Amino acid sequence: MIMDNKLTVSAGPHVFDRTSARGMMYGTFLALAPAAIAGIIFFGLNAVMLIVVCMSVCVLAEAFFQRLRGVRIAVGDGSALLTGLLLALVIPPGVPLWMAALAGVFAIGIGKEIFGGLGHNIFNPALIGRAFLSAAFPTYMTVYPAPFSGWARAGATAVDAATSATPLGLMKFEAAGTDLWNLFLGNISGSLGETSAAALLIGGIFILAKRYADWRIPAGFMGAVYILGQVTHVLAPGRYPGGLFHLLAGGMMIGALFMATDPVTSPVTKLGKWVFGIGCGVLVIVIRLWGGQPEGVMYAILLMNALTPVINRVTRPRRYGT
Amino acid sequence: MARTFIGGVHPKEEKSRAGEKPIRDSRLPSKVIIPMIQHTGAPCEIIVKPGDSVKKGQLIGRATKFISSPVHASISGIVKELRDAPHPTAGRSAAVVIESDGKDEWHESVSARPGAARLKAAELADIIRDSGIVGLGGGAFPSHVKIKEPKKIDAVILNGAECEPYLACDERLMTERAGDILKGLRLIMNAVEAEEAFIAIEANKPAAVLAVRKALEESDSEGRGITLKVLPVKYPQGSERQLIEVILGRRVPPRGLPIDVNCVVYNVGTASAICEAVYKGRPLVERTITLSGDCIREPVNMKVRIGTVIGELLEECGGPVRPVSKVIVGGPMMGAAQPGTDAPVTKGTTGVLFLSEKKARVFDEISCIKCGRCVDACPMNLLPLVYAKFVKKEKWDRLSRYNIDDCIECGSCAYVCPSRIPLVQYIKTGKRELFYIRKTY
Repeated sequence: MIMDNKLTVSAGPHVFDRTSARGMMYGTFLALAPAAIAGIIFFGLNAVMLIVVCMSVCVLAEAFFQRLRGVRIAVGDGSALLTGLLLALVIPPGVPLWMAALAGVFAIGIGKEIFGGLGHNIFNPALIGRAFLSAAFPTYMTVYPAPFSGWARAGATAVDAATSATPLGLMKFEAAGTDLWNLFLGNISGSLGETSAAALLIGGIFILAKRYADWRIPAGFMGAVYILGQVTHVLAPGRYPGGLFHLLAGGMMIGALFMATDPVTSPVTKLGKWVFGIGCGVLVIVIRLWGGQPEGVMYAILLMNALTPVINRVTRPRRYGT
Repeated sequence: MARTFIGGVHPKEEKSRAGEKPIRDSRLPSKVIIPMIQHTGAPCEIIVKPGDSVKKGQLIGRATKFISSPVHASISGIVKELRDAPHPTAGRSAAVVIESDGKDEWHESVSARPGAARLKAAELADIIRDSGIVGLGGGAFPSHVKIKEPKKIDAVILNGAECEPYLACDERLMTERAGDILKGLRLIMNAVEAEEAFIAIEANKPAAVLAVRKALEESDSEGRGITLKVLPVKYPQGSERQLIEVILGRRVPPRGLPIDVNCVVYNVGTASAICEAVYKGRPLVERTITLSGDCIREPVNMKVRIGTVIGELLEECGGPVRPVSKVIVGGPMMGAAQPGTDAPVTKGTTGVLFLSEKKARVFDEISCIKCGRCVDACPMNLLPLVYAKFVKKEKWDRLSRYNIDDCIECGSCAYVCPSRIPLVQYIKTGKRELFYIRKTY
């Protein structure tokens, strides 16, 4: 025998693709940096505080619940940190910090760990956190500070800060349009990290190119929203805004690029990913145009999350050779 | 755009250096261990006993069933013992150990066959069977079985895809022996009575493509009906079903064989071995393999005798340049990790890789994040993630509902899995359980 050390015997394959689940989490986290920075520029110190609080609460909550469940504490996988950042980016920048913290605990506890942790949850945890806030504190979730108002009055909460309506609110309740250029850059009121379509696109292109997210979901999502938006606009131009407005307004960009693409809560089949994305898009338009609320991205994604197991079942690929 | 198969992956190729150098003859081994299982099918029956004197090419293991293939002595010498020996893929197997007499003489039965080009189909099939020819691409399926199919075959595909990383023996064989391969292919076409044939080579082997193209141009009647197909690189292109899909646009049905879509696939090495067997009368006693990996001084393609112990090949290459942590027989995607280096080279051995600790790292599996990358990568339209789930939960009946038997175990799913779930291992476990369940009930 020419080798005295022990040989590793493992099943093949013996080589692996470079991308790991951890890498996907941290990569997506990094891809959200432009949106977070844009949020901080527009909404000031409140934004910084919300991001810090949401991320730390989510990580701590993850560790706490994992301890409670008696499983290995795996906060290092980056998933809780990502949930925390996503949560901060989709809540209004004027929400009190304690509410955000509560939402973080809810997102991790009820949104994820109760189902069995990473990979087992049905709904997007960050959106579960946001839905919780919408249900529990609706007044705080519908008041949006105007951009740059936060810098002058750091620490001010929604109630006393200068507030303004979101572009979708203006559209729905006052039939008023918003400059598309401002929508693209993010110089509008809205949730912390959702306003700048430009910043989100930079990160989105990164995760799609790196294949941390599947391109079919945002393609189906945005395609459906644009086409339906455009069709309804042509049918009733005075009443409904154009497709581009729909794409750039509200939570559309962050939703299509970062929420709907959450691998855990979206289908695994190629066709299923199309169905999921298009379904999200259809629901967004339906809610925005005919629902009671100005924005529908969150509920559209959560509803499609619920349908994911069914979508997986009906979109199973055809058996090879039949 | 060239037609391709569904799914597939692009692992790092790692083969450039081995593909550039000529095939080297290994030195005559002082001892060979020849297993009686070197093919898919029934093991051979040993027909020699210790003390017998044997010559190269002499029959030592007789095939007792139709799906089996005889085994011949690969050196001349004395049968030292008959024993249970380590086997690179089957675990262990009965084997004949021959000690070399240093003369390396061919057996009397081995003689050239002039006029072989005019042999009839049935005669060719018998020669191929008696020469112990099996698929040299790794599958080791007895070659004569495919010939004796009653169904009509309209196309022969010669597989020179060699899609496994590291391996470059087929590439070198095509570069150096394109003429023999063409002759072998013509014999196969005669044997299965097919008019048309395709030689499939992946685009990352330009020298091989050039050599085969040249051989085709220079041949007159021999190249008739033969088309060279250069394919874009993608794993597992060399898998039979995928290659048929790419070349002919036909999909082999579940549990079916290539014959069900009227074609057969042979490896380029097999064609070369068939040429040797038919024209020179030489049974399969040696084959070309790739020796590579980061523990090898210099990757090489070597012509080695069947039965050569793999540890001796490493020594012949100058020993390991760094401590060896993993020894793989075959390629890194589908090859088998070895517990030691005392197993012999068999007819199905395409290469041996010696990997250091860095390359042998085993990852911890984490939760499935349902990203669907395995679904994207699967060339068989399966949902690999569900097998891991059902095997863990021991829900065996669910496995067959998700067509686990269709899995070709190419490893594409496990290769891309970001959670590093050893999907192939789960699938193999599931198939084995199902096999026992089906046998019992």
